[in-house]
Amino acid sequence: MPYIPHTPDDVERMLAVIGAQSIDELFDEIPRNLKSAKLAQVPPALGEMQAARLLAERAARDGRPLNFIGAGAYEHHIPAAVWAIATRGEFYSAYTPYQAEASQGTLQLIYEYQSMMCALTGMEVSNASMYDGASALAEACLMAVRANRHGSSRRILVPRALNGTYLEVARAITGNQGLEFEVLDFDRRHGRTPLAALQARRGQDYAALVVQQPNFFGNLEEVDELTDWAHANKVLLIGVVNPISLALLKPPAEWGVPLDGHRGADIVCGEGQPLGVPLASGGPYFGFMATRLQHVRQMPGRVVGRTADTEGRPGFTLTLQAREQHIRRSKATSNICTNQGLMVTAATIYLSLLGPAGLRRVADACAQRTAELVHALGRIPGVAPAFAGPRFHEAVLLLDRPVAPVLAALAARGIAGGLDLAARYPELPRALLVCATETKTTADIEAYAGALAEIMRTPQAAHPAAREQRR
Amino acid sequence: MMQAPMELKLREPLIFDLSRSGRQAPSQFPPDAAVPAAGSTGSAIPAHLLRSVQPPLPEVSELQVVRHFTRLSQMNFSIDTNFYPLGSCTMKYNPKACNALAMLPEFLNRHPLAPEPQGFLACMYELQEMLKDITGMQGVSLTPMAGAQGEFAGVAMIRAYHRARNDADRCEVIVPQAAHGTNPATAAMCGCIVKEIPCDRNGDIDIEALRAAVGVRTAAIMLTNPSTLGVFEHKIEEVARIVHEAGGLLYYDGANLNAILGKVRPGDMGFDVIHMNLHKTFSTPHGGGGPGSGAVGVGPRLLPFLPIPVVGEEGGAFRWLTERDLPQSIGRLSGFMGNAGVNLRAYIYMRMLGREGMVRVAEFAALNANYLMKRLTQAGYEAAYPARRASHEFIITLKSENRRYQITAMDVAKRLLDFGFHAPTTYFPLLVPECLLIEPTETESKEELDHFCDAMTAIRREMEHDPEKLRSAPHTMPVRRLDDVRAVKQLDLGWKSPA
Repeated sequence: MPYIPHTPDDVERMLAVIGAQSIDELFDEIPRNLKSAKLAQVPPALGEMQAARLLAERAARDGRPLNFIGAGAYEHHIPAAVWAIATRGEFYSAYTPYQAEASQGTLQLIYEYQSMMCALTGMEVSNASMYDGASALAEACLMAVRANRHGSSRRILVPRALNGTYLEVARAITGNQGLEFEVLDFDRRHGRTPLAALQARRGQDYAALVVQQPNFFGNLEEVDELTDWAHANKVLLIGVVNPISLALLKPPAEWGVPLDGHRGADIVCGEGQPLGVPLASGGPYFGFMATRLQHVRQMPGRVVGRTADTEGRPGFTLTLQAREQHIRRSKATSNICTNQGLMVTAATIYLSLLGPAGLRRVADACAQRTAELVHALGRIPGVAPAFAGPRFHEAVLLLDRPVAPVLAALAARGIAGGLDLAARYPELPRALLVCATETKTTADIEAYAGALAEIMRTPQAAHPAAREQRR
Repeated sequence: MMQAPMELKLREPLIFDLSRSGRQAPSQFPPDAAVPAAGSTGSAIPAHLLRSVQPPLPEVSELQVVRHFTRLSQMNFSIDTNFYPLGSCTMKYNPKACNALAMLPEFLNRHPLAPEPQGFLACMYELQEMLKDITGMQGVSLTPMAGAQGEFAGVAMIRAYHRARNDADRCEVIVPQAAHGTNPATAAMCGCIVKEIPCDRNGDIDIEALRAAVGVRTAAIMLTNPSTLGVFEHKIEEVARIVHEAGGLLYYDGANLNAILGKVRPGDMGFDVIHMNLHKTFSTPHGGGGPGSGAVGVGPRLLPFLPIPVVGEEGGAFRWLTERDLPQSIGRLSGFMGNAGVNLRAYIYMRMLGREGMVRVAEFAALNANYLMKRLTQAGYEAAYPARRASHEFIITLKSENRRYQITAMDVAKRLLDFGFHAPTTYFPLLVPECLLIEPTETESKEELDHFCDAMTAIRREMEHDPEKLRSAPHTMPVRRLDDVRAVKQLDLGWKSPA
C-alpha cells in the first residue's frame, strides 16, 4: 500500500486494541446513506517509475522556450545551493514554527530574512512573508486604511502604470470591505506617473498612494516628488518594488524629503520571486512586506522576534501574535495563516550567496542586458521604444502591427518574446513588453533580434497568423 | 523499546555575524558586469533615483552559506526526522517523487505568461477533475494560495451569489465556537458579521442554537466535518436543511478532509462550497509555514463565481479560462495562477495513490487515530469525547492532571520534544481545557505510535515523581522555553547594522 506501512498483522492487532471488527466499523458514525460511491475520475495508482514517465512526457510537451517575458515574474540564475538546502527535509517537511524550541532553525532563518528585507528596503520591520506580490499589495492597502490616523478614508490612489493584475487582485480581496481605487494615468512620453495627475486631487481624502518602482512598463517613476505629495497631503505611501532592483535603486525608505521627521515610503511590498524562486508557471512565489516600527501592530502575517530563554540565552519565537487570526479571530489584521515559508528559505539563502556585491552585479547586468535588447530590437524597421527615460530591466516596444501574431510567430521559433499589452492597455494597441535579465547572453539577444527582424520583414497582410487575428 | 532522547543542542551565530567586508561567492555573479562603464545603463539612471550606500547584506563564502543553513536545518523537527502528530495539520509523509518530478526543468523554467503549456495544463485539468469527484462538487478552481485564501474565495463567492439574487443583506456567517480562527477572520475580511454557536456535550452542533441563529440575514455557515473536536458531525443533514431553508449556504472547511477521503463527500452532505488544503490531505510539503494551496470546489449555485483562472478543455486542448469565460467570477486572487508548483505536487501524489489509495488514506488515518486514542486512555489519559469514534484525530484533556499535579498541556508538549516527538497541537480547540489535539496520520507505523505511547507513559510517571522535569522542559533543545512577553515588550525583529 503506497506510503502506508501497516502489515495485515498490525491491522489485526490494532483493531483488537480498539475493540473493532474491521476498519470499516471505525466509520459507523457516518450516516449510511451518505457513504461515497467509487471514485470514477481518479485513475488506478501509478508506481514511481510510471509517474516519472508520465510527468517527463508532459514536461517534454511544454519544451523550453528562450524567455524574454517579465511582467511580474523574472528569470534569474539560481545558485545550486539554494534548492539543495531548501529541499532538505528539515526545512521542506516542517510546519509553522509554533513549537519554538524544536523550530529554532526555521525561526532564526526567518529572523535573518526579515533583517535582509529591511536591509534592502531600508524599512524598520518586515513580516515573515505574504502569498505573492499581488496579494501583498491588497493586504498593504487594507493595512494603510487601518494605519492612516489622519482620516477614515477607504480610497486608494493607484497608477495606471502599476501591474494591472495587482489592481485586479487588490479589488477582489478588498472589495467586500469597501475599499475604492482611483487610477492615475501615465504620461505618454515617459510612461510614468506625472505629479500633475496628483495635483488635481489635492485636498481630497485618501488613505494611501501606491507607487511601483520600476513600474509595469519597466520605467522609473519620479518617486521623490510622488512621496512628498503623499506626505504633504496626509496620505500614506505604499511602495511596490522589485527586490533585485534595490541593489541599484534608492531604497523606498529614502524616497522624498523629510517632513515632520518623516521620510520615505510607509509600507513597502512586492514580489519576492526574483530572489531564488523559479518561474514555475506562476508559483509558489512569495510576497514581502515591510513598514515603519510605528505601524508594526497593523501589519498582517507572521513575525519572528529575538528574545531570551529561561537561562538568558538568545532564541527566536513567533511574536506579536495578538494581531493574528488564531488569537484575535474576527478582529485579526488578516485571515492569513500559512504563508510562503519555503520560498523565504530559498530567498534568504539566495541573498546570502549573492551578498551586496553580487546582487548589485545582477541588477547592473539586468539593466545592461535590457538596454542591449532595446537597442537590438529598436533597430528593426517597424519596431521602436515606446517611452523615453530611465528604465530598469523591462521596456515597452511599439510595433507597426498587432503584437499577437508576431508573438505567435516567435513562439513557433522557440522564443517567448514578451507580453502583448493590447488587452491590458487598449490605448497601446500595438505595444510589446520585453525583459532581459542577467541570464540572457549577447547571442540570445541576437537570436531574438534575428527572428523578429525576419517576422517583421513579412508584409502584415501576407502573414497567416495576422489574417487569423483580423477575422 | 524506549527511543533515545533527541539532542538538538546546536548553536549557530547569525549569518550577519559571519560576514567580513569584501568576502564573496563570485561563482554566482553574472559575467562582465563588474563595474558599470561610463555611459552605460547605470549612469543613464539619474543619481537621485540611485542607491548611495550598499545594502547591509551579509558578505560570506559559499561554504559558509551552505554550512550555516544546513546547521540551521538541523535545529528543526520535521516529518522527515520526527513523528509530528500536530492535530489539524495532517503532517504525513511528503513523497520525494512529488517534489523531484515537479522540479523537472520544463516545469520550473516555464514563465507563467508564456504560451499555454499543454503538458502542465493537462495535469492541472486532471487535478480539477479528480478533486471534483472526491468532494462531490461541480467546479474547482486551483488558484487560492493557501487554506485561508480558499476560505476567502468561498465566502466571497457566497456573497457574490446573494448579491446576484438581489439578496445582498445576507452578511451574517455562523461558525461553531470550535472553528479554526481563520473562519471568523475570513468572514470579517469579506465584510461579514460573525455569529458563534455552541456545541453540545458530544461535540455535535447545538441544533437549537443553530435554529435560533439563522434568519433572513444568514449568508452561510462555515463548518469543518469531522469537526475540530475530532468527531463526525452526526446531524450534518439536519444542519444542511436548516441553513438552506433559511436561505443560507454551507461552507466546508477542508482542514479535516483526510479523515473522510473516499468515504463520504462534502457535496453529498449538502455543502455548497469547499476549500481543500492540498498541503494537508494531498501531502504537499508544509515548508516551515507554506507554501500551501487552497483549491476551492463548488456546487451548482456557485459555479459562475469561481475565482479565475480555471483550466478549461476544448477538443483536447487546454487553456486558462478568464473573466471572458466567467464574467461573474469573484476575480483574481494571485498575480498569476496560484501556487502552480504546489498543485503539481498534489497531482503527482494523487496519481501515485490512485483510486484505491484515496480510500486507504482515510481508513488508515482513522485506524491510527483510534488505536492511539485507545492506548493513551489505557495509559491513564482522558479522552475529551470518550463515547465517540476518533476521526483522523482526537483530543486528550489534561484537566485532572492539571488539578492533581499542576501540570499543563504545554508542559507535556515541551517534554515530548525531549523524547523526540513533535508536540501535538495545544490549547486548540479553545473550549476543551488543557487539551492536546493529536493527529498521527496514515503514514505512521504501529511501532512509532507505540513509541509515542511509551513516552506519554513515562511522562505520566514524571508527573508523580518528578513534575519539575516537566515544568522546566524541554531539556535537549537548542534553547529552553522562551520569554514571549519579553519578545513583545522588547521588540527585536531584525539584525541592525552597527554602522
